[in-house]
Amino acid sequence: MAVYLKHLFLLLSLSLLASLAAQAQNVTTIKFDQLQELRQAPHDTLYVVNFWATWCKPCIKEMPYFEAAHAEYKDQPVRVILVSMDAVQDKEKRVLPFVQKRNLQSRLYLLDEPDGNTWIDRIEPKWSGAIPATMFFNNKRGQYEFIEREISQQELQELITKYKP
Amino acid sequence: MKNNRIPFLYMACLLLVGVLMGAIPASENSGYQVGDTARDFKLKNVDGKMVSMADYKDAKGFIVTFTCNTCPYSVAYEDRLIELHNKYAPKGYPIIAINPNDVKVSPKDSYKHMQVRAKEKNFPFPYVYDETQEITKAYGATRTPHLYVVQKQQDGTFKVAYIGTIDDNSREPEKVQKKYAEAALDELVAGKPVSQPNTKAIGCTIKWREA
Repeated sequence: MAVYLKHLFLLLSLSLLASLAAQAQNVTTIKFDQLQELRQAPHDTLYVVNFWATWCKPCIKEMPYFEAAHAEYKDQPVRVILVSMDAVQDKEKRVLPFVQKRNLQSRLYLLDEPDGNTWIDRIEPKWSGAIPATMFFNNKRGQYEFIEREISQQELQELITKYKP
Repeated sequence: MKNNRIPFLYMACLLLVGVLMGAIPASENSGYQVGDTARDFKLKNVDGKMVSMADYKDAKGFIVTFTCNTCPYSVAYEDRLIELHNKYAPKGYPIIAINPNDVKVSPKDSYKHMQVRAKEKNFPFPYVYDETQEITKAYGATRTPHLYVVQKQQDGTFKVAYIGTIDDNSREPEKVQKKYAEAALDELVAGKPVSQPNTKAIGCTIKWREA
């Protein structure tokens, strides 16, 4: 009996551990200042910042590429960050279930700035506001690239290989 | 005197480089800028008839709106587009809505689906299909919804007076504080220059035809 309980306990703790490891990331709600801070991060790190939304079909199509890049480079100075353009009112009902379902592991933000006209030009004047859009930057090395369209997995790989320190 | 020429040449070279550098982003960001002359078009409306700006003899201009059936931002703005049209068509600025999306990439943006949506919403303005995407490319629209307010000139051409978004809150109409498009239209109607002729918003990327 005792042995049986011991096994059960072990099994339970193992499954708990497994579920913890697979838990999706939290979504942090941010304002423009925090996005700006991220854009100006001084580290010798390649930041790959993708702007997406749960309602954006091409964004969802390319999302697995970013997740794969996150998994591949997580022990290197490469940070994959997904910034949701969903409205903050939709966070509980739409964004969190989406994140859980896909078990997203990249760092997740939701930018709570409904008026794009106040901030889009300040982060990237070339950006018309269409999503998906992706930024690559390493401020320590003065590297920067901006893409306002869907990206292929190969293209993403090439850009990361090109810029990663 | 001769010595003065070298700095002059140097300056001229710098200027040339500057112009060339300026030309690169301009070509990358192709399409109309405020002040450009916008071309007319002949596109099929949901009622089967072809629509051109030239058809409207009395219009002072148009609110050319790139929008579609599928983008949630476009859908969120449908009622506000109807309001905008009902307010500004009597003042000489009707809406012409253009669906720019490729049907293969976005099947629910087909002409048939446009007809269904126009009927459901009872659009008081034409909803035309830019099947070849030629007009969308000429205007330089990149997202839906994307507005181009054009003003008819004395010679019958159309000058771009405003490019941008409708207002400052797509998700919650009741929280709107800045009605960007209306402000521009009010100035145009009053014969004033548009004080904020470019605005931006997050929107759905246009579904371009795949090669």
